[in-house]
Amino acid sequence: MPLSVEKVERAFGGVRALDGVTFTVGEGEVHGLIGPNGAGKTTLLNVVSGLLRPSGGTIRLGEHRIDGRPAHQIAARGIARTFQNIRLFAGLSAAGNVIVGEHLVRKAPLWRRMLLLPAARAEEKAALDAALLVLARVGLRERAFDTASALSYGEQRRVEIARALARSPRVLLLDEPTAGMNAAEVAAVEKLIREVAAEGRSVLLVEHNVRLVMEVSDRITVLNFGKVIANGEPEEVARDPAVIAAYLGADT
Amino acid sequence: MPDFLLAYQSLFAFIGINGLLALSVYCTLCCGQLSLANAGFMAIGAYAGAILTQNFHAPFGLAILAGTILPAVFAVPLGLPVLRLRGVFLAIATIGFGEVVRLAFVNWDYTNGALGLVAIPQKTGLWTIWLALAFALYVLGRIRGSRPGYALEAIREDEPAARTMGIATTRYKVSMFALGAALAGLAGVLEAHLTFMVAPNGYGFSRAVDMLVYAVVGGTTAFYGPVIGAAFLTLLPELLRGGGQALGLAPGPLRLFLNGAILLAVILFVPNGLASLPAAMQIFRPRRPPRSAALR
Repeated sequence: MPLSVEKVERAFGGVRALDGVTFTVGEGEVHGLIGPNGAGKTTLLNVVSGLLRPSGGTIRLGEHRIDGRPAHQIAARGIARTFQNIRLFAGLSAAGNVIVGEHLVRKAPLWRRMLLLPAARAEEKAALDAALLVLARVGLRERAFDTASALSYGEQRRVEIARALARSPRVLLLDEPTAGMNAAEVAAVEKLIREVAAEGRSVLLVEHNVRLVMEVSDRITVLNFGKVIANGEPEEVARDPAVIAAYLGADT
Repeated sequence: MPDFLLAYQSLFAFIGINGLLALSVYCTLCCGQLSLANAGFMAIGAYAGAILTQNFHAPFGLAILAGTILPAVFAVPLGLPVLRLRGVFLAIATIGFGEVVRLAFVNWDYTNGALGLVAIPQKTGLWTIWLALAFALYVLGRIRGSRPGYALEAIREDEPAARTMGIATTRYKVSMFALGAALAGLAGVLEAHLTFMVAPNGYGFSRAVDMLVYAVVGGTTAFYGPVIGAAFLTLLPELLRGGGQALGLAPGPLRLFLNGAILLAVILFVPNGLASLPAAMQIFRPRRPPRSAALR
């Protein structure tokens, strides 16, 4: 299901953090979103995931308009995300975090649990098993019962990805998923992103690791001062003078 | 043993009632909301129950039901706007609600204003209180670890992140606010029919703070923590009575002073409350963490 962002605006006081941003992420596409610090990448993810309301423009997932909807409804449409500044539920275990991520796909009425019905116990076991499976996918099956705050930085990022994947989202928004990771971990995340896209999910990837973005993205959008300055395939974007200027600071 | 029970009957009754009140505060604390509205809800429950049994000669069961449900009915429209506030602002707004309820009863002639209702039929037995407490503990214990239980923990840890998981945070917060109101109301009805009187000043700000202190001293990371806190702080003045008399101190001020000192000590040295003490001191050392605990 394609995610289309059209002329999206977001202002903070006088600052136009997003200024007419337009691009589309196709189904099964890995779409890189790059730009210098303060370009508006995280603001865009916040607007798409519903944590911020856009000041203007439209965002569609398939035919459905999702701009300005509450975050939990946007999540229910199939958008999941990770955070640049890791936001795990620190007191829960890794598995507990992933179980929270399953919230939308679990059917576990409370009254069943209150009445101690076996169905409730079976559902809880299924939820845990599903969580362990997703954790195995990010290579953290062994750390499943460790408290999230006890995990290393890279492991916490992987739990965040697992938590987002737990409900089989249509669109996955990744905000600097490899920041602070070592080379082996970056390679694992790269492989995972490819697999997720191969399953027909769309991935919108905000990343500072330019090599990774160039390798893994089908298309790339470059933001600078809230505006799209380039949009296209990785090779095109890499040659774009405006992009080079924005990154290297040429006098334009 | 029965002699012992008889002698300390009212003490055990108040441990149960204060336990219920502490649990009512836990309902909002467990999803990260600091609400001080529960003394107001307790008043609504107590008055509703007392009016029913005293003026309408309704059966006690009906009074309990009404006194439990009515505060929850009030809680929903109050919670919807108020739970948008955070931290200290929510606390202030809910203190405001408590004062509004108290002043409404002070000025309501039907319930004798500030004098309140007296000679309410004494119908609360010890077993009623402890059954109610056991029921409340069961419900809250079963919520832990359930789908809504995980949602509540997520809200407590990071509300915006919880929303991006598809959790309708407002609905959960309002539900727990209403459940807390129901438990406070239940405690109110039971207390009214135990002490056979209700008066508006029994449900003021200090009552709201007392409940909060029970919950904080007992700890809110485990659902049973608040009950431990309530039991400890209700028993404490009895245990200290002899000591205070020996020192020639009046019991009232000593109690207040000790409550304050204990609250301070708990916050400084056992931030997760008395319920976390065994784990912190490793009194029970499990060979491997039990699964439910490990999932936490």
